[in-house]
Amino acid sequence: MYSDKVMDHFSNPRNVGEIEGADGEGTVGNPTCGDVMKLTVKIEENRIADVKFKTFGCGAAVATSSMVTEMVKGKTIDEALAISNKAVADALDGLPPQKMHCSNLAADALHKAIDDYLEKQGAPTK
Amino acid sequence: MNKIYFDHSATTPVLPEVAEAMAEFLVDNYGNPSSVYETGQAAKRALQEARESIATVLGAADPKEIIFTAGGSEADNLAIKGVADAKRKRGDHIVTSTIEHPAVIEPLKHLEKSGFRVTYVPADHQGLVDPAAVADAITEKTLLVTVMLANNVVGTIQDIKGMAAAARAKGVAFHTDAVQSVGNMPIDVNDLGVDMLSISGHKFHGPKGVGALYVRQGTRLNPIIHGGGQERGKRAGTENVPGIIGLARALEVAERERQEKTQRLTVLRERLVKGVLGSIPDVTYLGDPRRRLPGNACFSFKYIEGEALILHLDMLGVAASSGSACSSRSLEPSHVILAMGYSAVDAHGSLRITMGRSSTAAEVDELIQILPGIVARLREMSPFKTGETPEMFLAEHGEETPDHHQEHNEQ
Repeated sequence: MYSDKVMDHFSNPRNVGEIEGADGEGTVGNPTCGDVMKLTVKIEENRIADVKFKTFGCGAAVATSSMVTEMVKGKTIDEALAISNKAVADALDGLPPQKMHCSNLAADALHKAIDDYLEKQGAPTK
Repeated sequence: MNKIYFDHSATTPVLPEVAEAMAEFLVDNYGNPSSVYETGQAAKRALQEARESIATVLGAADPKEIIFTAGGSEADNLAIKGVADAKRKRGDHIVTSTIEHPAVIEPLKHLEKSGFRVTYVPADHQGLVDPAAVADAITEKTLLVTVMLANNVVGTIQDIKGMAAAARAKGVAFHTDAVQSVGNMPIDVNDLGVDMLSISGHKFHGPKGVGALYVRQGTRLNPIIHGGGQERGKRAGTENVPGIIGLARALEVAERERQEKTQRLTVLRERLVKGVLGSIPDVTYLGDPRRRLPGNACFSFKYIEGEALILHLDMLGVAASSGSACSSRSLEPSHVILAMGYSAVDAHGSLRITMGRSSTAAEVDELIQILPGIVARLREMSPFKTGETPEMFLAEHGEETPDHHQEHNEQ
């Protein structure tokens, strides 16, 4: 059902947890659907210095959360905002079609966390 | 790594003696039972013997009451659409429950589109359907009552005898889906008092793609597959002789082993339930603890999602299933668990263990040993805090994202 990369990120998820005193926080998902992701970011000099996630959800939800944290670490805010849900799925060698809608929300969580940071900075959100 | 199969309600392996009995009719006695010459007649005799054997095990008065189908779903479809079609001039109403298998619910929905009315009698929090409520739902326009004998998700066993008696008293045909029940409880069509009963081979160590519908003599039923007039005009198509031979042999074995197996599995189930409830916090045992299939234990774990749980178990060699949306083709959480009054989140966190013929105490102990670690690991990853409902979580952390299922289903 899942690619080797999905199973790798699912069974050994990277960056699980919650950053204390995070600069930005983004939560997406719907408990009725069965997937909720919470991403916290630490931002230093306009770059993603650290990122952690907590996810309630299926294999795809966990793997996309883990993957997006790897993709975004060290990136500038603009680079991070350019990461799409599809890019996350592609980096995992694809997801089963039925998982593309419900469980592929990690980039949304990331964008929300960055928006949260920008809002706190007083800058207009994207 | 030892493989542990805890999904016997999904399917079961074909027994070697069943496969052996079938092989003869695949390779050597390949004749068409409708043919006049000897090879065909040999197949016809074997078919008749299989029919007699199945009739005997199910307590049917006459082998003619057994109609072979291509599985449990077809048997359910035949019972429902066949009666609706035959009796349509006499009424337009059917009674069922909210926890039926899709092979019953979907044909009923199909009939609703062409003008039939269906009453869905609710199940209670324990997954039991009140026979009095079923009786009360019957009107003068009711053609059929269909309620499953044992549920496929939570294993609850309904009082079919009481429901069938009520239907019979009002002259209404009664069908029961007994697909999950064979080999797990006594099944006698006359003791139950049903007019129709569905079985499926692969649920009791027979082959996939073959099943049967018991149809009491005098029950009016039209075919749903038309053609060469096989099965006394009730189901056209050259008979699946090897499959039917396998079905009959598997049923004989299931009946022979039933008592020993049900006693053994009941002990294993209690061991499992005690172990899980005793070692993991925030877990609910779903379904009536006593009135259920001996091998079924269904749980809901708070703060975690079932597919993730299934994947972790699979990595450790354990096969089980879940009623979570993510593990279903429809992307909907189990309608059975929802109908019992649980939330979608409860359904997402469900784990169904179904033990069977091969299950052992060592396997149960292995599961009890590995499950707490998996649950703890997933909970550690979960954004929900202990005591916090997902709704509380989202109220605090942000707006609820729109339901992506609708988007998906519209495509």
